Amino acid sequence: MKYWIGAAVILLAAVGLALSGINEYFFFAGYVVLTFVVLATAWNILGGYAGYVNFGTPAFFGLGAYSAAVLFKALGAPLLLQIVAGAVMGGLLGFGVGLLTLRLRGIFFAIATVAVIFIMETLMVNWRYVGGATGLQLLRPPVPEPFDSYTRMLFVVMALMAVVAVSVARYVQVSWIGRGLRAIRDSEEAAECSGVPTLRLKLFACVVSGALMGAAGAPMPMYLSFIEPASTFNLSYTIGALGGAIIGGMSHWLGPIVGAILLGSLQQIVTVTVSGEVNVLVVGVLLVLFVVAAPEGILGLFRKRTLARRK
Amino acid sequence: MRPIRLIAAAFAAIAMLASGLAAAQQPIKVGMSMPQTGSLGAGGKAALLALQMWVEDVNAKGGLLGRKVEFIVYDDQTNPALTPGIYTKLLDVDKVDLLIAPYGTVPTAPIMPLVKQRDLLLMGNFSFQVNRTVKHDKWFNNAPWSDAASWSDGFIGAGQKLGAKTIAFLAADQEFAQNLANGARELAKKAGLQTVYDQNYPPATVDFSSMIRAVRAAKPDIVFVMSYPNDSVAIVRAVNEIGVGDSVKLFGGGMVGLQFTPIMESLGSSLNGIVNYNTYVPGLKYPGVEEFLQRYAKKAVEAKVDPLGFYLPPFNYAIGQMLEQAITATKSLDHKVLADYIHKNEMKTIVGPIRYGPDGEWASPRVVQAQFRGIVDKNTEQFRQPGKQVILHPEQFKTGEVVAPFEKVRGK
Amino acid sequence: MFSFELLLEAILFGVLLGCFYAAVSIGLSVSFGLLDVPHVAHPAIMVFGSYCTYLLGLYGLDPIVAGIVLMPVFFLLGVGVYRFYYESFEKRGTEAGVRGLAFFFGIAFIIEVGLILVFGVDQRMAQAPYIGTSLSIAGYRIPYRLLVAFGVALVLTAALTIYFSKTFLGRAIKAVAQDEPALRLMGANPVRIKQWAFGIATGVSALAGAMLIIVGPVEPSLDRLYIGRTFCVVVLAGLGSMTGTLAAGLILGIAESIVLTLFGASWAPAVAFGLLLIVLGIRPQGLFGR
Repeated sequence: MKYWIGAAVILLAAVGLALSGINEYFFFAGYVVLTFVVLATAWNILGGYAGYVNFGTPAFFGLGAYSAAVLFKALGAPLLLQIVAGAVMGGLLGFGVGLLTLRLRGIFFAIATVAVIFIMETLMVNWRYVGGATGLQLLRPPVPEPFDSYTRMLFVVMALMAVVAVSVARYVQVSWIGRGLRAIRDSEEAAECSGVPTLRLKLFACVVSGALMGAAGAPMPMYLSFIEPASTFNLSYTIGALGGAIIGGMSHWLGPIVGAILLGSLQQIVTVTVSGEVNVLVVGVLLVLFVVAAPEGILGLFRKRTLARRK
Repeated sequence: MRPIRLIAAAFAAIAMLASGLAAAQQPIKVGMSMPQTGSLGAGGKAALLALQMWVEDVNAKGGLLGRKVEFIVYDDQTNPALTPGIYTKLLDVDKVDLLIAPYGTVPTAPIMPLVKQRDLLLMGNFSFQVNRTVKHDKWFNNAPWSDAASWSDGFIGAGQKLGAKTIAFLAADQEFAQNLANGARELAKKAGLQTVYDQNYPPATVDFSSMIRAVRAAKPDIVFVMSYPNDSVAIVRAVNEIGVGDSVKLFGGGMVGLQFTPIMESLGSSLNGIVNYNTYVPGLKYPGVEEFLQRYAKKAVEAKVDPLGFYLPPFNYAIGQMLEQAITATKSLDHKVLADYIHKNEMKTIVGPIRYGPDGEWASPRVVQAQFRGIVDKNTEQFRQPGKQVILHPEQFKTGEVVAPFEKVRGK
Repeated sequence: MFSFELLLEAILFGVLLGCFYAAVSIGLSVSFGLLDVPHVAHPAIMVFGSYCTYLLGLYGLDPIVAGIVLMPVFFLLGVGVYRFYYESFEKRGTEAGVRGLAFFFGIAFIIEVGLILVFGVDQRMAQAPYIGTSLSIAGYRIPYRLLVAFGVALVLTAALTIYFSKTFLGRAIKAVAQDEPALRLMGANPVRIKQWAFGIATGVSALAGAMLIIVGPVEPSLDRLYIGRTFCVVVLAGLGSMTGTLAAGLILGIAESIVLTLFGASWAPAVAFGLLLIVLGIRPQGLFGR
């Protein structure tokens, strides 16, 4: 119950901010941070809970973005439909990739996810309808009341999506699905022997993860009024999702939120004041540091300190 | 009137005057992103220097409307994904008064919907047909072309003079090259040329040997290339390495980058025979341009950028001149007022007089097609001589006839 | 536009390119194929080697010479990296899991961004008399840079194959891959052997990087494309097979070249990744796998 009250408060805060007079750029930057919350949370369902590393976040994200763009260009579809389409396509891709490679060892799954990124990108580059490598200019539809600008509306939409994603992750974590995934992570052979339906659970996690990432990608074309393959399928989404989850803490649904907000805000500040590259460097270094020295992430460090204090 | 009211009125007047003066002391902010690294970087840096020269010149004369001009510029790395964020920041965080587009079609295309939806004036910077779909009425391009015909007529015309019957297209899959390719294909058809090869390549392609081999196998008379600097260099090197075949009479047309001095110098004799577009070559007499280029050359050597500065800098300085003329004449910074003025009046610049069509492009294009001849390696100063780039088009500036076949002119 | 001559030329280029792909994948064949290290940073280290070659080139060093000079330096780097990886992960038994993969992924990113910060995003090329000229034979023109890379690749592959089958240390490395406990029982220290092997793999990457910048211009994000090519070759070959690497490289090179010629440059990047997915789906143990 506490959780749902908290979620409602966050949503109300988001709407309140959007209707207030704060500088427009806050929403431009905030949208990106919220996107990373969704991506990191989605990544963690498969990566943190089940232990299968997905490098292919850009593939799912990009597929969601392009599905939305195609629907918008062909039918003038409203944003909600675009998001649903993104989720569906992301889920389907997750199912396909999962079926193909989840029977193999972890690293093969990871490499296969990298392959999917490049193949998706190549497909979009060769599809003239979405503009190929040139890209597509998109004119936003008029903003619905009561929002002042489209970006503010997208900010609230993404906040809602973040709440949905975290709720899904929380449900998976505490349910029997989460127990099964944890068993797979700890020892897949033992889990199999105990009768856990490993393949089905892994596929489920893959589909849910993919669908959330696809949904996160869907508002992107509207956000930029432009879409093109190279930046949409960029590997920096991988490091943002993976980094956010690992740095925040992989075992609990709070972890990716903490990690994503930290990394997202860092990105906005460092990119604007120093450079985009320094930001990626910082994230990379943090990732390596945490992976080596603090594998439980920020949440883990926090837990250790509170435990130590209690003693 | 009672004294207290007089004093209050006086205070009010002083307060208003002070705030008015304070506002007047606020600089006028002009903002843009310029590709200073990445494919267009070499040209971008030269263009940036020209704009900085204009800002200095204007501030030395007392600024615009009595206010100093402040120039805010970021590097977009020729990456179209970065420009929407940069221009949003310029508008919402830096709060600029005026916008200049980044140099180049590829970085500019993504911000067209943004400026149209916010209804802002945008001074274009060497983009090609980037306003085609958005149809913004406050867009003004500084480049001397309008549509594909203004560009390719000279090139295809030169080919036809040589009796060409077949044509091959090699175009990068990006906004500039595709805009030009789409137009050129139409014109080639109208001119009765048969297309024997037509290939788009991803902008990040570095190895063109297989494409050049395929072009050679198709035995075209004309090879029309539309490329950005990185690919232009790679294509010239590939042609140099494996050859494009004896059938080719005419090669080049739309290769961006072969106008940047560092690239011209590094390619050297590999350029010979290529017929390519340009905006200014030595010999063209625009009022004030030679004096500008002399001043520019001194600063360029200090700043370590393109020392000759033929292609972009005069036209970037012209952007500043156009803003200056419009603001001074209308005494306003309102974007609608400025846009109306530029639409209705002739702009006087160091690259000649400019009048705009309703789409924001030049009403009378002045694209030059020139052939590289007698270029030697590792020599920058040779490009100052008029004969190194023989002007084939337009008629009024012509300095020679095209020489073919292509491979023979290169001595290979 | 399709002609038999063109196809033949494509196959010829494919063979040259394929051998080059085999050579750049050999390092991964050792580190991932034999040692089971999830080394997704292998292409990044190779690109780093290319930039080092470029730097040495600025002082007048020929790229091949630079590559050979860098080999011992990179060997030491490899030993260091493996040692760190072993202490942090393998010792505690969580190797190919999330942490190991994330570690190398982070390293790859750090290298790539480090290169951007130092050199910028622009392309760099090497200078040499054999870069930019070509051999005219029977109406074909073959660029010398491809021939040079081909030659170096053959020599490298042959040398490593002999090393692993004939020398004591080489055979020990293969033994450690096959049966580590047995090796331990025989008194050899598997960690030292694996360190040595990883060092060799990284040293070879230096020369691979030199070849990379000979074949074409390099820029920092090139490692992303080569993750596909190297892993495709290694997986297609079958983990741990040296001769398999050469065969797999040739297959990839020819496939890419044909796709490039028939369908255009826009499909070429997907060939390696697509082939990889197909292999993983149909025959994950590869052609010659153990």
